[in-house]
Amino acid sequence: MGNILVFAEHQKGKFPKTTLVALQAGKEAAQKFGGSCLAAVLGAEIDGLAQEAAKYGVAKVLAVSNPALAHYLADSYAAVLSQLVTAYDISLLLATSTAVGKDLLPRVAARLGVAMASDVVAINTDGTFKRPMYAGNVIATVSLTGPIKVISVRGTAFDAAQPDGQAPIERVRVELKETKMEFVEFNETKSDRPTLTEARIVVSGGRGLKSGENFTTYLEPLVDALGAAMGASRAAVDAGFVPNDLQVGQTGKVVAPELYFAIGISGAIQHLAGMKDSKVIVAINKDPEAPIFNVADYGLVADLFKAVPELTEEIKKLKGE
Amino acid sequence: MKILVTVKRVPDPETTIRVKPDGSGIVTDNIKYVINPFDEIAIEEALRIKEKQGQGEVVLVSIGAKVASEQLRTGLAMGADRAILVLCDQELDSLGVARILAKIVEKEAPDLVLMGKQAIDDDANQAGQMLAALLNWPQATFASKVEFMDNYVQVVREVDGGLETVRFPLPGIITTDLRLNEPRYASLPGIMKARKKEIREIAVAELGIDTTPLLTVHKMDPPAKKAAGKKVESVQELVHLLHTEAKVI
Ligand SMILES: Cc1cc2nc3c(=O)[nH]c(=O)nc-3n(C[C@H](O)[C@H](O)[C@H](O)COP(=O)(O)OP(=O)(O)OC[C@H]3O[C@@H](n4cnc5c(N)ncnc54)[C@H](O)[C@@H]3O)c2cc1C
Ligand SMILES: Nc1ncnc2c1ncn2[C@@H]1O[C@H](COP(=O)(O)O)[C@@H](O)[C@H]1O
Repeated sequence: MGNILVFAEHQKGKFPKTTLVALQAGKEAAQKFGGSCLAAVLGAEIDGLAQEAAKYGVAKVLAVSNPALAHYLADSYAAVLSQLVTAYDISLLLATSTAVGKDLLPRVAARLGVAMASDVVAINTDGTFKRPMYAGNVIATVSLTGPIKVISVRGTAFDAAQPDGQAPIERVRVELKETKMEFVEFNETKSDRPTLTEARIVVSGGRGLKSGENFTTYLEPLVDALGAAMGASRAAVDAGFVPNDLQVGQTGKVVAPELYFAIGISGAIQHLAGMKDSKVIVAINKDPEAPIFNVADYGLVADLFKAVPELTEEIKKLKGE
Repeated sequence: MKILVTVKRVPDPETTIRVKPDGSGIVTDNIKYVINPFDEIAIEEALRIKEKQGQGEVVLVSIGAKVASEQLRTGLAMGADRAILVLCDQELDSLGVARILAKIVEKEAPDLVLMGKQAIDDDANQAGQMLAALLNWPQATFASKVEFMDNYVQVVREVDGGLETVRFPLPGIITTDLRLNEPRYASLPGIMKARKKEIREIAVAELGIDTTPLLTVHKMDPPAKKAAGKKVESVQELVHLLHTEAKVI
């Protein structure tokens, strides 16, 4: 077995938790299969980030610094990663299935002429992987044929790597042909709340909230009393109540916080696919037959417009004590 | 502009999927099949581009068994001009799909390939990015807005933490996200017209490429069942239990 390479994605000059998860999965794979776990940091000015990545118990950090890599672009990043895979005897390339991970890894795999397993939730010692299919209705055991395997791992399926040690940093020069793609702008969803995929508590609202204003008047006070992140169902996002990147589910974000509130959400399988691994699930819905109650640890049949303000008060009382 | 749109036949998202007791696959009796919802959005976008530009051609392509012609026929009824069905009874991974599509692109030479971001059966989210790699074309995945400028296409993408805008000259690949548009229903005249539109069949063997899957599914299991929870009577009880029993607040 050759080495393992983890693509260490950074956002706003930091490694989000999802990246630490990828590093942990890479280290676990190295323990199971042998080989060294390397981390690749790509960008324009990344000395600090490379130093940071070196703390997480990897064998080496490959730092690729180039002004052309200032913004993530699929074609140039894929070109760099495929060069690293070949040059460093990599037999397993992995990243977390974030928006960037999903966009990038299949492109690298196809460049290398190999297949890829998406959203891996378990790396087995026999070399197989487990991954969900059909909106989580199926957990498949799969294998990849060939000398190089590419996988994206689910951000909720592995722990975050902890800092231990200091790995050497190797500055790598790569060939970069001109990209055909151009970054224009990033329109950030501004929020002071925790990131959806990192929060200990997530409060999600659905169509039952009925409007964006109601998200503000009813849901947000609860979210903030709990210090939680806010999420939503597809129906709430499609209706424009909240920004797109709050969608939890099969085709949105996958979360597994310690505590998840589903409020005015019916519990369609596509929504469950994104939250059912949460440790404790609370559902508030006026329909006692709503399927969300099948996965809820605590279910409250109630009108949310009455229950949510009460809940916010109770939480505040509890915290005040 | 000539636009190629990929169409996969998948189980209706409303159907409950069950795993066969022997783990060899899913139970397919009584499953209704539809166009992959993201591909339906791709067809809609292609039609809107053609309508806006007042000219062009929308060509659908599906890879699969003969029955996939049902989904192509639906896409033709929505307004696409013609369709190609690559007959292939073997299981494919996304790389195999991308290799077949690369051949079709070579033959058809479209300006744009519009695809779904993910097939809702395998949930792979790979084929578009792989096709872009094989063709060495630019890609914009998870599109929520597509605009054509003088000599490039500008795409707003749904990414973590917000919306990203990228642009590139054609030809290129775009994969759709849910908010790109709301697909139309086929009209009655559309359905009538679709009957006469061409669905050209190509046997996968004719393409002369290796599509042996490198991703093998060995076994399917149902997900772990969760223990039944409890109903609480009041907000006070809920908070009390979350505090003292679950100890999460
Ligand atoms: C391809 C595809 C992908 C999808 N991906 C996702 C995804 O990633 N994430 C996702 O969430 N969905 C996804 N969906 C959509 C999914 O199938 C459901 O349509 C969606 O989750 C429903 O959202 P909802 O529960 O908010 O709305 P609804 O199903 O309309 O439920 C609203 C609920 O609110 C309750 N309610 C109403 N008023 C009140 C009140 N006053 N007090 C208390 N309760 C009230 C109702 O009883 C009801 O249960 C996808 C669908 C498809 C086809
Ligand atoms: N058999 C197929 N026939 C046509 N298009 C396909 C097929 N498989 C995948 N695709 C396209 O590729 C996209 C992504 O698929 P996947 O990588 O399987 O998630 C889908 O939305 C389709 O547009």
